[in-house]
Amino acid sequence: MLLRLDNVSKVFGGVQALRSVSFDVAPGEVLCLAGENGSGKSTLIKIISGVYRPEPGATMLFDGEPIDGLTPGVARSLGIQVIWQDLALFPEMSVAENIAFERNLGAGLRLVDYSAMRDAAAGILARLGVTLDLDSPLRELSIAQRQIVAICRALIADARLVFMDEPTASLSQAETDALLVIVRRLSADGIAVVFVSHRLAEVLEVCGRVTVLRDGRNVGTFPTQGMTQTRLTELMTGQTFDQAVRAADHSASATVLEVRNLTRRGDYEDVSLTVRRGEVVGVTGRLGAGRTELALSLFGMNRPDGGEILLNGEPLRLRSNRDAIDAGIAYVSEDRLSLGLVQPQSIADNTALPVLDRLLGAAGLLSEKRKSVLVSEWVRRLSVKIGRPEDAVSTLSGGNQQRIVLAKWLATEPKVLILDSPTVGVDVGARAGIFAIVHKLAEEGMAIILISDEIPEVYFNCDRILHMRDGRLIDEYLPGATPIDRIESHVHA
Amino acid sequence: MSMRRNPLLGIGSTERWLIVVIAAMCLFLGLTTDTFLTLVNLFDLLNISAVNVIFAAGLLVVLIAGGIDISFAVAASVTQYLTALTVGHLGGGNWAIGFAVASCYGFALGALNATLIWRFRIISIVVTIATFNLFFGALMFLTQGVSIYDLPDWWLDRIILFEFDTANGYAELTLPVAVMIVVIVATWFLIRRTTAGRQLYAMGDNPEGARRVGINIAAMHYLAYGWLGVTAGIAGLMQAHYAQEVVPNALYGRELDVLAAVVLGGARLGGGRGTLLGAILGVALVAITQNGLNLLGVSPYAFKMIVGAVILVAITLSNSGMASLLSGFRTRPERVPS
Repeated sequence: MLLRLDNVSKVFGGVQALRSVSFDVAPGEVLCLAGENGSGKSTLIKIISGVYRPEPGATMLFDGEPIDGLTPGVARSLGIQVIWQDLALFPEMSVAENIAFERNLGAGLRLVDYSAMRDAAAGILARLGVTLDLDSPLRELSIAQRQIVAICRALIADARLVFMDEPTASLSQAETDALLVIVRRLSADGIAVVFVSHRLAEVLEVCGRVTVLRDGRNVGTFPTQGMTQTRLTELMTGQTFDQAVRAADHSASATVLEVRNLTRRGDYEDVSLTVRRGEVVGVTGRLGAGRTELALSLFGMNRPDGGEILLNGEPLRLRSNRDAIDAGIAYVSEDRLSLGLVQPQSIADNTALPVLDRLLGAAGLLSEKRKSVLVSEWVRRLSVKIGRPEDAVSTLSGGNQQRIVLAKWLATEPKVLILDSPTVGVDVGARAGIFAIVHKLAEEGMAIILISDEIPEVYFNCDRILHMRDGRLIDEYLPGATPIDRIESHVHA
Repeated sequence: MSMRRNPLLGIGSTERWLIVVIAAMCLFLGLTTDTFLTLVNLFDLLNISAVNVIFAAGLLVVLIAGGIDISFAVAASVTQYLTALTVGHLGGGNWAIGFAVASCYGFALGALNATLIWRFRIISIVVTIATFNLFFGALMFLTQGVSIYDLPDWWLDRIILFEFDTANGYAELTLPVAVMIVVIVATWFLIRRTTAGRQLYAMGDNPEGARRVGINIAAMHYLAYGWLGVTAGIAGLMQAHYAQEVVPNALYGRELDVLAAVVLGGARLGGGRGTLLGAILGVALVAITQNGLNLLGVSPYAFKMIVGAVILVAITLSNSGMASLLSGFRTRPERVPS
């Protein structure tokens, strides 16, 4: 074994992040480390890369040698490299300098050797069989290309064990495939790769074994042969999920939102769609297909060049998102952590933010009483687990934060709810809870648009699925009538 | 794809724009005045601008490292005063001692900023606004605002490097210009040719990434603010040489002029981007504007207004690009891939 850990525990404050975990990696293998947010994956990586020390009693062997008292520097010199999800690259610097940055490290005044950096970077790129312009600044590269730069930086340091933290989170299918080719090549070179991911399909495809963590414990290591997504989800969450299509025919219900030939040059073109009372319409397609741009237009934040939006049959003019909110349209943004919530503010303030003008009491001042009634009602209806409404939103877990975002928009009493990638960064278990809320809202008559690039998500939660590509709606599917793998292959083709 | 940047000189699009604008201004002023394009005037401009260029080189290093410093100009005043007192104690001293003493005091004041920023994790603008007030208040309070005219001879004697007798009078280049060139070369060497300089860029570009690759963040803070401290000390020495006196509030307010010029030259507030050539061109553009308005007989009150407007236009253009300004006022939400 290249790496062997036994009895690794870690306590932060009073919280046990890892409980006596065992973990091993063989040379050249591709292993998946799966687990929900908070299961201890990151803590484990940080222990292996020397950022944290395990509690006493742990055994850590690398190449059969004990590696107690590991520091980040020692871990790197052993060949343990971590490619973090945010990549930790330098956007203003050239590709070559990013790849070969370690040549710039060390104390003292030494001269920069630009040509040696270029040569080293070119060598690594050639080894991966990838072509990139060595002189372009990193900021001009796509996310997928940056990922490759990060991998090159790990390889230049003679990596023997590479951790990749959610490497495919923002890649298209084609880019993911290209990345997996590189991963296989590394593996053939004898470099072990540990994937940390919760997009499960690709994990099963590329990895030989999967180690599952749950609540800081190692649930077990399983061969991926014969492993199904459902089984893996159950292992990660400790719960069973029945996945069934819930599509229903709503064509008899009243049309709530109608979009006719909506166009915005460069973003989307000639989009027409309807959403009826109680209907959940999925919009899927690859990143950059124009989904979010369309949603922002429906929310008054991205003015279209042409076409019409009708709400309950009345034409709607949206000069700003204030108009949209007043008309009864709510939009839960893709990037909820930075755009959807004011993190340091309290749960109560966040929930009441869009409807402050409806909470006025005597003399036009904000009524604290009406505010607390509103907040406690939504906290109860969405079963958000909170301490006190005065606590900062940042104290909540991802799933509960997402519920607060929902609460905030539901408090505006919308007729149309647009959810943009509502489960990004939310655990499998918490996702089910969010969709249960979505279905309940639909049953109460709300018209819902669900935007997601995870096909299973729209497949199992929507009544109809619209497929967007290059700014156009190109197809419509009915879950159940069209098999899911046909939609998958069509979308990712 | 943007235009390629020459990695050593740093001629990017900002620098190219500045060169074009400066050339156009020189042409205009050459045609409309008969004094602008004379060796006397151009050498004078260089002599006057040398102090600001020295400041700008130091400030650029801090901006590249992702910080900002408001206190350096009054720190230079403090350094002038302390240097004058110290060489007085030492019985007069000479240029070598003067440079050494001013550099040490300058470094110490810069290191104080670095310590507060790094050690106590306070953002640099807050720290340096505080030290700006601290330095200036202490200087005015302790000196009662009294100037020092009684400087040693070596400090006051003018040193002329080149001299040409022209039709318009004597054109001279003086010591500050030589010192300016040394500071430019040393700073260029630091940020472009040394590994420590690249680590400064990296820290400004992505602080968390810099920490993860193992850059010594503390050392980088002392290097950046220390470098600015030393250049400020040297600039103070030169300013007193030029003015022939040490006046406690002589440099008060200079920090914003220099900051504006460096930002005009393409340095990004927030770190990771900025070239020495850009900073020098920024100072040059401001100096030529002032000189030109002077020669054209425009009221000096108009100067600040025009410089302010120039900076706003330049920064708006570099942020949004000419094309987007002309294509109307459609709002396009800026989106970051999550």
